This record gives sequence, C-alpha cells and structure tokens, in this order.
Amino acid sequence: MKVTIDQDRCVASGQCVVAAAEVFDQRDEDGVAVLLNPDPPAEQAADVRHAAVVCPALAIHIEE
Amino acid sequence: MNVIANEDGCGVLVVGASAAGLATAEALRRKGYRGGLTVLGAEPHLPYDRPPLSKQVLSGAWDPERAHLRPQAALSALDAEFVLADPAVGLDPAARTVHTASGRALRADAVVVATGLRPRTLPGQADLAGVHVLRTLDDALALRADLLASSRLVVVGEGVLGAEIAATAHGMGLEVTMAGPQPAPMTSQVGPLVAGLLAELHTERGVRLRLGAGVSRLSGHRGKVTGVCLDTGEVLPADVVVVAIGADPATGWLASSGLRTDNGLVCDSRCRAAEGIYAVGDVARWHHDRLGVSLRLENRTNAMEQADTVAANILGDDQPYRPVPYFWTDQFDARIQVHGVLPAGAEVTVTDGDLASRRFVALYRHDGRVTGVLGWNMPKQTRLRRQEVVDALPDLAPALR
Ligand SMILES: Cc1cc2nc3c(=O)[nH]c(=O)nc-3n(C[C@H](O)[C@H](O)[C@H](O)COP(=O)(O)OP(=O)(O)OC[C@H]3O[C@@H](n4cnc5c(N)ncnc54)[C@H](O)[C@@H]3O)c2cc1C
Ligand code: SF4
Repeated sequence: MKVTIDQDRCVASGQCVVAAAEVFDQRDEDGVAVLLNPDPPAEQAADVRHAAVVCPALAIHIEE
Repeated sequence: MNVIANEDGCGVLVVGASAAGLATAEALRRKGYRGGLTVLGAEPHLPYDRPPLSKQVLSGAWDPERAHLRPQAALSALDAEFVLADPAVGLDPAARTVHTASGRALRADAVVVATGLRPRTLPGQADLAGVHVLRTLDDALALRADLLASSRLVVVGEGVLGAEIAATAHGMGLEVTMAGPQPAPMTSQVGPLVAGLLAELHTERGVRLRLGAGVSRLSGHRGKVTGVCLDTGEVLPADVVVVAIGADPATGWLASSGLRTDNGLVCDSRCRAAEGIYAVGDVARWHHDRLGVSLRLENRTNAMEQADTVAANILGDDQPYRPVPYFWTDQFDARIQVHGVLPAGAEVTVTDGDLASRRFVALYRHDGRVTGVLGWNMPKQTRLRRQEVVDALPDLAPALR
C-alpha cells in the first residue's frame, strides 16, 4: 500500500490521525497532515483506508 | 446477511448525488456489495464538494472542476448508474419506488435519502435581480459573476455561511456589510466570547457589521435589488445581496410518502426511516442513542461518517450511528474547528495558546462537564483535546436538550 497526501487540499481536520495515528500526524504550526509512513504494513491498512474515507478534504490517496 | 436481491435489477437507489449520497455508494462497494447501484441527482453536475464554494470557488482561487468529489475514472470504477438532472418527486415506501420529474419510476430494495438542504429565502427575493443564495455550484458561479461586476455587497445572515461569504467577498475587493439579528457573527454556534473575537476580526479587516437588528425586507428598483431594510428603519444600500439565513431539509418530495419528516427525515438510531429506507447527511434526523437525543448535523464529516454506517446497515449490519460532531470554518486567516457541541451558556476556558494572539484552544463546559472543544488556528492542539469530548460523550445529553 502506497499512501500520499495532497497538502494543498488538506483542511487540517486531524481525522486521519484519529483513524490511523501510526501513519499520519499533523504539523504543530498549522495542523496540515504529514505522513509518518508512506508504505504502511498490512495490519494498518484497514485504518489507513478508513482515514482516506473520513478525510473531509479528500486529500488522502491510496494505491493498493 | 440481509442480501440485496439483484436478479430483478433492483439493488440500491441513492437519491441525492452529493457528499453523503456518493459516500454511501462508495461505502457499499468498499464493503463488498456487487449488486445494482443507482445514484439519482437533481443537479446536472457530477458530485462536487460544497465547502470550497464559499471559499476557493467563490474567490476564484480554484477552478470549479477542482471542487469535484471524484475524477471521472473513479466514478466509472464505482460501477454505479448516475441519473442526473432529474429530481425525485415522490417515494412509495412500501413498493420502494421513487418517481422522478421526467417520469421515471425507479424501484429498489433499499432507498437512501441524501437530498441535503434547501436555502431559506426572503419574501420577494425571487423577483429581484442581484439577490443570491449559496448552496450549489451554479449558485457560487452566479454569485461570483455578480460580485466581479459590483462594488457593494450586503450579506443577510451572520451564521457560518454568511461570515465566510463576507470574508471571501471582502478579499475580492468588495465593500461588504453583514446584517443579522445576533449581536456578533456565529453567536449561537460558538457563544459570545468567540463570536466577539470574530466580530473584531471582521471589523478590523474592513467588513461593516450591522448586527443586532432583524432584516425586514429587500428594496429594489426596476427589478434589481438596491438595498436591505432593517427593523430599525435603516436601509443598507447594495448592488448585490446574499441571503444566508439557514436552510431547511429537502424533504418536500417526501410529502406524500407517509414517512415522518420533522426538521429532516426522522430515523431510528440505525439511520433507518422505514424498512429498506435510510437517510444520510444534512437531511437525516436520527436518534443518537448514546446522547439520547434526536440530532441532525449539517457538516462535511457527518456526511462521510454517516454514509459508512448506512452502507453497513443496508448490507445487514446493525450499527448505531454515534459520531462526535465536527465542523470547521475558514474566515480570513482564521481557521476555526469544533469537536463536540457548544451549548448556549457554556462556560469557556482557554487551555492552549491565548486569545490575544488569535491562536488558542478553548474547552466548553455545561454544568461542569466538557461538551466540546473549539480551536482557533491551532488544529493539532485542538484535535489532541478531542479525546476529552469523546470521554464526555455519554454525559452530553443534558447540554443538548
Ligand atoms: C457554501 C457551503 C460551505 C460549506 N462549508 C462547510 C465547511 O467549511 N465545513 C463543514 O463541515 N461543512 C461545510 N458545509 C456543509 C457541507 O457541505 C454539507 O454538510 C454537505 O454538503 C452535506 O452533504 P449532503 O450530501 O448531505 O447534502 P448536499 O451536499 O446538500 O447534497 C444533496 C444533493 O441532493 C440533491 N437533491 C436535492 N433534492 C433532490 C431530489 N428531490 N432528487 C434528487 N436529488 C436531490 C441536491 O441537488 C444535492 O446535490 C458547507 C456547505 C455549503 C453550502
Ligand atoms: S483527514 Fe484529511 S483534511 Fe484532515 S488532516 Fe488528514 S489529510 Fe488533512
């Protein structure tokens, strides 16, 4: 699984971190999402997919 | 599993082709549903996102295409039939058949109502040029075109949408006046303290606030709007007026269905209005069983999260929908985010940052219990406080009544 974030679209909601804290974090200064791991292991895949679903800015892309 | 019969080509029909409707269709496929799937929409456009309409699309920072929810390829991969520009006009719940304006009769095993909201208007508004509402992409483009050719805008409405439009239009170089009955922008949504800070921000940037007075009517000359008349007798001159006084659930088409509508399509805790009939998004009023109250949320994350629950329940699950409400708004350089609920009269404590620097997180308490958290330009720190709201969720009920 390859994960990317479109930081220009991100609205800093933090929903991705709530869904998958091992894979996403937010910048301290403006809350824009950052990837901790662009290639998460299989056991985190479901959480990462959920993060992409609940992202209100559709800023998370996944290639399976 | 409560399998959807598909041999007769019925399957699932989603009425409303926007955030909640599309998310329901996607969630069904993601969960492995392979049966028939039809998405019926009143607008001619493929599904697009609304939050950018009052922000990047109105300002011109984004081309309208950028607001589309999915590229064409992703929609094709969904293997759903999109029937657009054909509003539903009636629903027969027993036969699960939806009738459309063009005369189609679409039968399904499960019907999902995702028709969102219709903006409220002022009396006489329809007869005057230069008066707008903002709900659809077409609304946003029409408003933008008018703003580009005008110099004075009056925004009627001091809620979140009115405040965003005022900020965006000011950034486009217009002279902007905001009118509405509350003492400061968004007072009923965020309480007097933060509303006061919003009033300061708007005033400082040059938006004229004429708040605390009701709007009695619009004035016009030869079919074109010329101003907004307040209860006080004052007239605010305008070339363009935006009416942002809230919106009502789009349930008119369900009037003869026998389903209960009361500020939304009324559903149980599973978002089910009747056997095989579900509601999702801004139009849905459902029973939040952990809070013990009937709720309807008008925000973007709710549309996605509720869609996930509805899709699961259509496929035979039995999930209650129990979200922690979340919304955000962008005005000038302020990004305000709210998790939970902010009841009137809540006690507000700043926990991070400070008000003066316009970077802070505030906890809202009702009867000593946390009900919500609001952040102003501190997204990460706000989200870190969210857990306090989650923990307090079962105790929120008194604050919501
Ligand atoms: C300008 C604007 C800015 C916003 N900004 C924010 C924000 O910053 N943050 C946030 O959290 N939320 C924001 N929101 C709210 C958010 O966009 C909504 O909560 C979300 O769009 C709800 O999705 P929905 O699919 O339930 O309803 P809608 O998006 O309203 O979609 C309903 C769809 O159903 C269609 N429809 C209606 N009647 C019929 C019918 N009879 N037959 C067929 N189709 C029908 C409509 O044409 C529409 O396409 C904003 C909304 C607007 C309008
Ligand atoms: S969920 Fe989406 S919008 Fe929110 S922080 Fe993550 S990437 Fe950004």
